[in-house]
Amino acid sequence: MADRCVPWLVLALVVLSVGFLAWHLRAPYGFILELRGTKLAALICVGAATGAATILFQTVAMNRLLTPGIVGFDALFVLLQTLLVVSLGGVGVAQLPGALRFVVEALVLMAAATALFGVLLRRDASDVTRMILTGVVLGVLLRGLASVVQRMMDPSEFAVVQQAMFASFGRVDVGQLVAAALVLLAALGWAMRMAPALDVAGLGRGTARGLGLNHDRVVMISLMLVAAMISVSTALVGPITFLGLLAASLARHLTDTHRHTVLIPAAALIGALILVAGQFVFERLLGSQSALAVVVELFGGLLFLWLVLRKGKR
Amino acid sequence: MIDVSGLNYHLGAARILQDVSLRLDPGGITALIGPNGAGKSSLLHCMAGLNAPTAGRVRIDGLDPFAASGEERARKVALLQQSPVVVSRLQVRELVAFGRWPHHRGRPGPEDAAQVEAALEAFSLQELATRPLDTLSGGQRQRAFIAMTYAQDTPWMLLDEPLNALDPRHARDLMARLHRLSRGTGRSIVIVIHDINAAAGWADRIVAMKDGRVLAEGESATLLTPDTLADVFDTPFEVLSHKGRAVVVAR
Repeated sequence: MADRCVPWLVLALVVLSVGFLAWHLRAPYGFILELRGTKLAALICVGAATGAATILFQTVAMNRLLTPGIVGFDALFVLLQTLLVVSLGGVGVAQLPGALRFVVEALVLMAAATALFGVLLRRDASDVTRMILTGVVLGVLLRGLASVVQRMMDPSEFAVVQQAMFASFGRVDVGQLVAAALVLLAALGWAMRMAPALDVAGLGRGTARGLGLNHDRVVMISLMLVAAMISVSTALVGPITFLGLLAASLARHLTDTHRHTVLIPAAALIGALILVAGQFVFERLLGSQSALAVVVELFGGLLFLWLVLRKGKR
Repeated sequence: MIDVSGLNYHLGAARILQDVSLRLDPGGITALIGPNGAGKSSLLHCMAGLNAPTAGRVRIDGLDPFAASGEERARKVALLQQSPVVVSRLQVRELVAFGRWPHHRGRPGPEDAAQVEAALEAFSLQELATRPLDTLSGGQRQRAFIAMTYAQDTPWMLLDEPLNALDPRHARDLMARLHRLSRGTGRSIVIVIHDINAAAGWADRIVAMKDGRVLAEGESATLLTPDTLADVFDTPFEVLSHKGRAVVVAR
């Protein structure tokens, strides 16, 4: 049953994508199709990266309630945007070359993640929990810093930052999208190659090492892949904290398996499906442009609460 | 043979193992007994090549487990953890199949499938093969994890408190099964055990530990004396004989 799930998800995504591109299509076809195609590709890239990264993160953290966002990626991104607007002004930020901004943001996020994972795990690779807790504390600290700076900002400039606090798919540049897609494809390919080792890692460090797996190496590579996927997708469209939790939970529920050869593509496809379906409903059916990220956060947050409460009852 | 010499293992300032030297000949069941904190599990993990010692050396049939690759080590020695993680939705057959990882590294073949079925059969798990682990009783789950260790097909099986959470009937059943396996397949089994009577009844050799040192070792019949047990556990014991077996009673 688990294996059959993935082709159905692919089919659903293809159908939805065709619908997204062709719904109420009017002239000039080429121009509209290019706009819609870029947005569709961004939705698929971000959804797939977030879903797959969350599965990897949950496996190495041995916790199905976590998302990579919990270690402060989103907070760092918001702080970066805040500092950019404070130092260059709203107009200055708008004049920055998109490609440069994307590359710098992705590199800063990746460097921060590498520092967090690398420095903390180099001393004791078994201590993923400490790394996550440090990330959570850093996230709170960065959020606090951003909040302090935002309080001192001009309201019009704060509005620029506020726009960046939620993901938006309306401002994606094709060049950035291609670069992001290449990074994401490479990371996904590597994750799929590691899938059998991730199954073993899911048994816990002790058992996995007893079976001869270099568990610490698998954890480190997985976290680097998570860092790459989340950094690039956040730099591309902005933060979506709970999308990964939604995608990973639905993937586990639908596939009913522990096998990462199924879980990773399923979560990637479900992440893409949620975003494409959500954007289709809001943009095409309801005529709204920016509500998707907020709604994803709302449903993801509710799912998180439900999962925590359900676990508590058990 | 497992050859441990001059082994020291420290965790920060705590000296967990101190100058442990031990030789375990292949075959049969060896029981590690001793009070809580004696260093039994740490010694087992050192023997399995998972706890790197502060000083000293370990050889498993001549192999240095700390210099060998993970797969090489895992084809020589299998270790059952004291409290393994129970992955929800993971079925018994899938868990047992993980035991073949050191042999196939993610590409299982027909021989691996045969070994998995043999392990399921050896631990009477065929009927539970498709059951998720989180729906099993503690005893069934324990059997499944030991079957995974068995499927690893190593000359040495190290089991850390395999009788945990087992009632007397299941504990007896498991020890009898391990005894049969050690006789029938020639596997060498080392178990950490708190039930001294189970050790007396089923183990060929006993190693008694206290405060990170080996206090005594030898055949069950000669080692289990009131004096030795009192030294190991700091409490008086009476050793009775029932149908040729030692029965140990704490006074």
